[in-house]
Amino acid sequence: MIPFSLETILYTGAIGLVVIGAFGLVLSTHLLRMVLALSVAEAGGNVLIVLAGYRGEAVAPILGYAAPGTAMVDPVPQALVLTAIVIGVGVQALAVAVLVRIYRAYGTLELRVLVERMQGEISEAAGIPRSSSTHAPAGERPLPPVPALLSHQARGVRP
Amino acid sequence: MRNIASLVFSFGLAFLLLAIAAQLGFGHTPMIVGSGILTGAEADVGAANIVTAVVFGYRGFDTLGELSILFAAATAAGLVLGHRRLGAADDPEGGLILRAGADLLFPLLLLVGVYIVIHGHLTPGGGFQGGVILAAAFFVSVIAKPSLRLNHGAISVIEGLAGAAFILIGIWALVEDGSFLKPMLDQGVLGQLVSAGTMPLLSSAVGLKVGSELAGLLAHISESEAGEP
Repeated sequence: MIPFSLETILYTGAIGLVVIGAFGLVLSTHLLRMVLALSVAEAGGNVLIVLAGYRGEAVAPILGYAAPGTAMVDPVPQALVLTAIVIGVGVQALAVAVLVRIYRAYGTLELRVLVERMQGEISEAAGIPRSSSTHAPAGERPLPPVPALLSHQARGVRP
Repeated sequence: MRNIASLVFSFGLAFLLLAIAAQLGFGHTPMIVGSGILTGAEADVGAANIVTAVVFGYRGFDTLGELSILFAAATAAGLVLGHRRLGAADDPEGGLILRAGADLLFPLLLLVGVYIVIHGHLTPGGGFQGGVILAAAFFVSVIAKPSLRLNHGAISVIEGLAGAAFILIGIWALVEDGSFLKPMLDQGVLGQLVSAGTMPLLSSAVGLKVGSELAGLLAHISESEAGEP
């Protein structure tokens, strides 16, 4: 029986966030959801690092407020997380920028449709029929094999 | 199959992290570096906020590395998104409440951001947090009024000057005292606004750099043409 304490709740929450993020990263088929899952996992990691510096009965590491000699929490994990959060924002913004670019080129962020359209474009550029690939799955394709370039030009999207 | 594999992976990850967490010991983790910093920070740096002392003093070189990661992300996003075509349609304007709210928030966010940046060595906060609030001040206006254009040239100049100031302070310490980014100047009285030597200067440089970088990055994203759905 696991004791139901503050420790258990905090660690379960932090690790749960990491696991939810990892799970979402693998399972989702939408690129924006993948970026969101990554940021959830990152939040869980940050909470985990801050928890590693926690001390019971200790105050925030700022001098001049508590009596001298009071125990203070570890400042190093807090400093690490502080910069990690800002870096995380920058990385997510870069990821979203790439997503904007993908959406502009292919008109979708759904992974399966995207792969289909990209393969169509590649085989069109190479001048080979789409079905000639030895890696093509047998049987019916999940999507109608519309050439990506044609469907784009019909809608006026820049290739 | 893929779902089962990812389920197994996720539970394995959870088990691994739980095993590490169980060994850490909650509330009394060994803090060898941390306790050394806590006892020595007042004499070494003179900043009341020890977290800022760690970020700009003890780990100043890492902070420079983190700034360069942010710079690389901002540059890459600008490169990926490119310039918008002339005459490309803007996103629709926000409603009256959104625009009035953005106008109201702009000076307040600016004030809070500047306060947090320049009091970074005294109270919770510092260059990174204040810089993000400064960037948010500009970004709120851009979201409410998409036709608003941030001056990317001016943003790059501020960003470059702030980054150069951070490095120059570090090089000055290197020439003067033999170690890069060593805290310089008189430490003053603990808890005063002008104290802790170069800490407030480094904090302001980082605040300006992070603020202008994120504002430029977010403005780039919101200015980019989404294309037709």
